[in-house]
Amino acid sequence: MARTVTTRRKSFNTALAWAVGLLIFFPILWTILTSFKTEAQAIASPPLFLNFNWTLENYAIVQERSDYMRFLWNSVIIAGGSTVLGVIIAVPAAWAMAFVPSKRTKDILLWMLSTKMLPAVGVLYPIYLLFIRLGLLDTRGGLVVVLMLINLPIIVWMLYTYFREIPGEILEAARMDGATLKEEILYVLTPMAIPGIASTVLLNFILAWNEAFWTLNLTAVDAAPLTAFIASYSSPEGLFFAKLSAASTMAIAPILILGWFSQKQLVRGLTFGAVK
Amino acid sequence: MYLKHALRAATAMTFVATAAAHAQSITIATVNNGDMIRMQGYTDKFTEATGIDVEWVTLEENVLRQRVTTDITTNGGQFDIMTIGMYETPIWGANGWLVPLDGLSEDYDVGDILPAMSGGLSHEGTLYAAPFYGESSMIMYRTDLMEKAGMEMPEAPSWQFIKEAAAAMTDRDADINGICLRGKAGWGEGGAFITAMSNSFGARWFDEDWKPQFDQPEWADTLNFYVEMMSESGPAGYATNGFNENLSLFQQGKCGMWIDATVAASFVTNPTDSTVADSVGFALAPDTGLGKRSNWLWAWALAIPAGTQQEDAAKQFIEWATSKDYIELVAENEGWANVPPGARTSLYENPEYQKVPFAKMTLDSILSADPNNPTVKPVPYVGIQFAAIPEFAGIATQVSQEFSAVYAGQQTVEEALAKAQAFTAEEMEAAGY
Repeated sequence: MARTVTTRRKSFNTALAWAVGLLIFFPILWTILTSFKTEAQAIASPPLFLNFNWTLENYAIVQERSDYMRFLWNSVIIAGGSTVLGVIIAVPAAWAMAFVPSKRTKDILLWMLSTKMLPAVGVLYPIYLLFIRLGLLDTRGGLVVVLMLINLPIIVWMLYTYFREIPGEILEAARMDGATLKEEILYVLTPMAIPGIASTVLLNFILAWNEAFWTLNLTAVDAAPLTAFIASYSSPEGLFFAKLSAASTMAIAPILILGWFSQKQLVRGLTFGAVK
Repeated sequence: MYLKHALRAATAMTFVATAAAHAQSITIATVNNGDMIRMQGYTDKFTEATGIDVEWVTLEENVLRQRVTTDITTNGGQFDIMTIGMYETPIWGANGWLVPLDGLSEDYDVGDILPAMSGGLSHEGTLYAAPFYGESSMIMYRTDLMEKAGMEMPEAPSWQFIKEAAAAMTDRDADINGICLRGKAGWGEGGAFITAMSNSFGARWFDEDWKPQFDQPEWADTLNFYVEMMSESGPAGYATNGFNENLSLFQQGKCGMWIDATVAASFVTNPTDSTVADSVGFALAPDTGLGKRSNWLWAWALAIPAGTQQEDAAKQFIEWATSKDYIELVAENEGWANVPPGARTSLYENPEYQKVPFAKMTLDSILSADPNNPTVKPVPYVGIQFAAIPEFAGIATQVSQEFSAVYAGQQTVEEALAKAQAFTAEEMEAAGY
């Protein structure tokens, strides 16, 4: 018997979804609002919501003090590069696990994920020393590799889940038609898994964009991305919250816009295979 | 043919040499605070004068500390100059990780650096970092509220007076707390304050044999006094208040007194940000009559890591940034109240600077701090709000977390001190003391 959803329940669910959404978005909204206040207004008690003299002064100061475009470009290269490289490596790996599983496939997947459980600081010194030896400190290439390795388990897991939803018979048919392994993955599997791959790419791009441990510890000047840009405005001795908020808004704006325009793709990919 | 090749090679080498000469560049890791940011704005003048480009890596204090420590311990060579404090300098100097700052020019006048600063930034008499600015701690108080309470702040008050004044100034209905103090966990936050305060109560971190002293009555006296006073006259949630939270409260007129870094004086007297700018007075940090006051000593200083390839250029920059000329440059453009304080004797002899309202009290506070004899009883360590040993930061962070749990009402003073004693003893034993 089909379940009937009453109008009242629908309204309640909608209101609840909006409330949760606003609650999650509130810190970002507050950051954006604070970026338009003076430092004195930023710490005012009771807090000022909209009734303050809006100013662009903080953005002007931040622009004057920092080379925003250099940080932004580094973020794009590092996040984009690590995501693309990760997908290139993960697609064949996920294909093998999804369509040619062995007895140990599940164990390998769990082992890959378990590497995420190690606190990053635990391997800071070995990686730092490796970077010194290889001349990779403060290089975008070095960070692309590190962030790719950090996110690879998630990429493989996500792609594996999506690939599992694709009937193996289709690939088998392609093989019978004479497709090589490369053609099977490139021209049959990949187009069918596009929504899943797209959401994987987006999610990992966001994760790499926001990564703030390795990007701070392995960079100085040349490869410093937007996380370093934000860190330069934080201070435990001095109230610079308005400037910090302006820097934060500038750092999250690109990813916020990207997320906004790709939300349909993201949701479609994340729910891919959820309903049969 | 041979001549042609030789000419090409010579031209190429000239190009490389010229490019290298023009491209001389140093990278400086620094903290984000007003004085450091101001200095970045004047860097062009240094480049104009020397031809040396300067790249800045500005980070939040704790991030910077982790970043430069990783780099110097691995000889990473990412930075030519590091901004470090009084805690790191003697330890890193002793380990040979820093370039000794000897051979500075006569014009630089190294003898002009305040003795308390040069002492804290040296190891066995060798200066390893030049102070960019120095600070101690002092009382900042609301003169109007003190007057309203019918009391008068002495220049060198006792803790008992502070407690009584705090109670008298507290007006919960008007949202005024008699006193605001750090309670936030962290060795450089609440840990620094309570350690400096404990010195005036006769407490110490270690005895001469490096045995932890949290089981001694002086520590219990310190914590009990602090908790009682803050419960009576402090702001709600003081267990999570650090410098910034108290600065915010004071600037909004919600604190009668605040004992903290002397650099805060320029913030609370700045009418742009502070609602109480015209009614702030200053006094020395309190004592209990045992001969030690509860003020600390700190300096942000510029040091050269031993692995740098740009030692000469780095020295040139340090000489410029911490010179008398730099102070005059800032004074000329931004006024004497904005020059980096607490580093040079000559600054405090300058009649113009003497007109700055907090200048005298800052100097008096710095001069009354002795990092080599920080406590009433003898100790084997150097440092007032810290003990300059590598293990201190880790131990003190844990201990300050126990203390903050007391402030938050999660455990008693006795429980916190017992845990601090056990933990510190274990760590020190493991470290081979």
